[in-house]
Amino acid sequence: MLQFPLWKQLLTWALVIGGLLLAVPNAYYARVEAHNDAAKAVEEAGFATTEQQAALDEWPDWMPSGIVNLGLDLRGGAHLLAEVQVEDVYKARMDGWWPQVRDALRDVRDQVGSVRRQPAQLPYELRVQIENAAGMAAAVDAVRALGSNVVTLTGVGQTDIDVTAEGNVLIVQLSEPERAAVDQRTIQQSLEIIRTRVDVAGTREPTIQRQGADRILIQVPGIGSATELKALIGTTAKLTFNPVVRRGTAEDKTPGAGNVSLPSMDEEGVWYTVEEVPVVSGEDLTNAKGDFDQNGRPAVAFQFDVRGARAFGDYTAQNIGAPFAIVLDGKVISAPVIQSHIPGGSGIITGNFTVEEANRLAVLLSAGALPASMNFLEERTIGPELGQDSIDAGRLATLIAAGAVSLLMIASYGLFGIFAVVALAINMGLIFGIMSLIGGTLTLPGIAGLVLTIGMAVDANVLIYERIRDELRAGAKNAARAIELGFERALSAIVDANVTTLITAAVLFFLGAGPIRGFAVTLAIGIITSVFTAINVTRLIVTYWYNRRKPKTLVV
Amino acid sequence: MAWRFKLAPDNTKIDFFRWQWITFGGSLFLSVLSVVAWAVMGLNYGIDFKGGTTLRTESTVAVDVGAYREALQGLPLGDISITEVFDPNFTDDQHVTMIRIAAEDETLAVTPEQITQVEEVLRAAIDPEMKFPSVETVGPKVSGELVWTSVLSLIVTSVAIMIYMWLRFEWQFGVGAVLALLHDVIITIGIFAVFQIKFDLTIVAALLTILGYSINDTVVVFDRLRENLQKYKQMPLREVMNLSVNETLARTLMTSVTTLLAVGAMLVFGGDVLRGFSLAIFIGVLFGTYSSIYVAKNIVLIIGLDRSEKAKKSGTPDEFANVDA
Repeated sequence: MLQFPLWKQLLTWALVIGGLLLAVPNAYYARVEAHNDAAKAVEEAGFATTEQQAALDEWPDWMPSGIVNLGLDLRGGAHLLAEVQVEDVYKARMDGWWPQVRDALRDVRDQVGSVRRQPAQLPYELRVQIENAAGMAAAVDAVRALGSNVVTLTGVGQTDIDVTAEGNVLIVQLSEPERAAVDQRTIQQSLEIIRTRVDVAGTREPTIQRQGADRILIQVPGIGSATELKALIGTTAKLTFNPVVRRGTAEDKTPGAGNVSLPSMDEEGVWYTVEEVPVVSGEDLTNAKGDFDQNGRPAVAFQFDVRGARAFGDYTAQNIGAPFAIVLDGKVISAPVIQSHIPGGSGIITGNFTVEEANRLAVLLSAGALPASMNFLEERTIGPELGQDSIDAGRLATLIAAGAVSLLMIASYGLFGIFAVVALAINMGLIFGIMSLIGGTLTLPGIAGLVLTIGMAVDANVLIYERIRDELRAGAKNAARAIELGFERALSAIVDANVTTLITAAVLFFLGAGPIRGFAVTLAIGIITSVFTAINVTRLIVTYWYNRRKPKTLVV
Repeated sequence: MAWRFKLAPDNTKIDFFRWQWITFGGSLFLSVLSVVAWAVMGLNYGIDFKGGTTLRTESTVAVDVGAYREALQGLPLGDISITEVFDPNFTDDQHVTMIRIAAEDETLAVTPEQITQVEEVLRAAIDPEMKFPSVETVGPKVSGELVWTSVLSLIVTSVAIMIYMWLRFEWQFGVGAVLALLHDVIITIGIFAVFQIKFDLTIVAALLTILGYSINDTVVVFDRLRENLQKYKQMPLREVMNLSVNETLARTLMTSVTTLLAVGAMLVFGGDVLRGFSLAIFIGVLFGTYSSIYVAKNIVLIIGLDRSEKAKKSGTPDEFANVDA
């Protein structure tokens, strides 16, 4: 009799059945996907349409419904790697500090004399030249008093600004913990805003995640091209309403203090000089949507919040007849003349829009402006047909690989070869089951990992069977003993071989650009399941076969 | 005894050291040659490592690379390379090329406007129905980092495997195994250099996979070697090594052939996108098997094993014998 403890038998059975059950939905991919989409939509809406109900009924609720996600390279879509320019925010912060610093220095004027702002050498610093270098100590003290404590895990007890002096120049810098906090906030906000914008565009299952210190990875399946995606998320969408000082035909090199010269968005060669401080900005918007003006041209309708509405109402009441500029990302969309007092806080922006542009602008405005601009480091577009071709090729390669390996195993080990093939089939099922369970993503290199697993999974069987042959040759007491020893003694080589491959998979995961990460995941899962199937499942089958047939001589 | 297909006959008694100057020397020679080819010819880096853009074109019109080149000549772009892609899965009127445009200077990648221009020019000159199933751009900043991460990951993996081998075996085994692995990886790189096959991030993934897989055969041999060293304490090291390799020859070949079958299927039928990846793994597994038999143990032999210490360290039976005495 071959011994295989009952609890191990039961556990093996449970794992196999459970794993395979989890894998089943992948065999009905389209149906389960429709079911899951419908389920999600119903949960959000709170009721089901007939179509959704039909999709829901396609797949029974008691069955597992997790499926393997298809990576961008298999499904088609767009991929962007963006770098958030956190320096933008530093600069804005330092500009914000200047009036406070100036006021603080004014209080100690008798000691420092007059002050002048100097160009900064780093994005996160403010340089102020003072008249009396002797009063520097007082100046530093006065400015230092402005700082407040930063609340972070690591930066306890540190202030948000560092104040130093260099000759007669006072330098105010954002402190290290404050910069870290600013970075953190900027990336977090950018992530939120990108997510809102992509969600509003209505694509399915986008991946938007932070990568490293200042990067954001955006993957959107089903979108036509990376350029399209970039148009949606690459715009800062900073909207402001500024009073117009004058209109000109060239850039105004001397706009005057507090003014800036901005080009028109549509009219070539038209420049507006506007006041730098806006009356209201996009932050005060509560809502924006695509609309049409009274002439039927596409426009964007917007609604201000209470604060914005009051500011806008007061300004329009006082400046009837004067033009004001609607500025988007440093370009003037239009500069209408204020016809009357606008009290309700709502209005429309007209410009040379197409319907599509008006809608996109509305989406951007409602989602809010990005806190900083972004650089795109990587752009990839993969067409859905290419993805489908890859899936088909991968499926063919998998089938042929499995067929060839099975033939070789059966030719080499006969009945035991068949056992190994059964274990291999279960192994494939388990890989899909686990991938579905953890919501893993199958990529094209991931398919390669699967094919590679086919070749590697039977290796453990080969080691066990060869070891059984060794034991038979060495004259084991009986067939049962040879089998037991074979499994036992092959174990150390199997474990060593697979641990090293697992190390590789781990490194690959951390090296991990998207598709390669997919490879690492399938490889790692494949290693674990293949050790399980080769050792436990094969053992189980061999035990059942042996105890039933009780062969006198063993041929492996 | 039922009929069994066998890759190696039973009970081989091959002297694997006999032609050492050819086998081990040849490996050394090939490794040096590969490094030279790598240094002299350089690798045909893809955009992952060099920055730039690749476009995949698909058209029903048969490909004339010259015509493509001519069409793109006038555009103000960096270096352009055009290769036709073949695959058994393609239909008869499916003609595919890969166009690679190098990043113009070190700071700027190819702009979307330039890509649109390329697409328009090709549609005008070759086929108005031409499709562009994939367009990928990688900026020089990322590509520079990817080179570094790749090198780092190869080093980390090698060191991690060496440490693991050292924990499980003697340190000499770790050194032997890892040098044998580097041999596999270097020769694979050499072949990619000689034939100027596109070298991108997936190839690095393949090299890492080779590191992880190729060691398997070596582990099997070393595992048996460790066992035999216990069993035959008086036998010269060289003999024990030969015995161990002979005893494990059948399984070494078998495990490699199953993997080669699978990878071979992927190489032929798995589509052109993964071809470089499959090729690298195929070459790596092939040389990996060879090095498990002819390289790894030779290095251990050269370094030498302290067998008396070995008996002390992991010889459990001896310890029990001592207890009894």
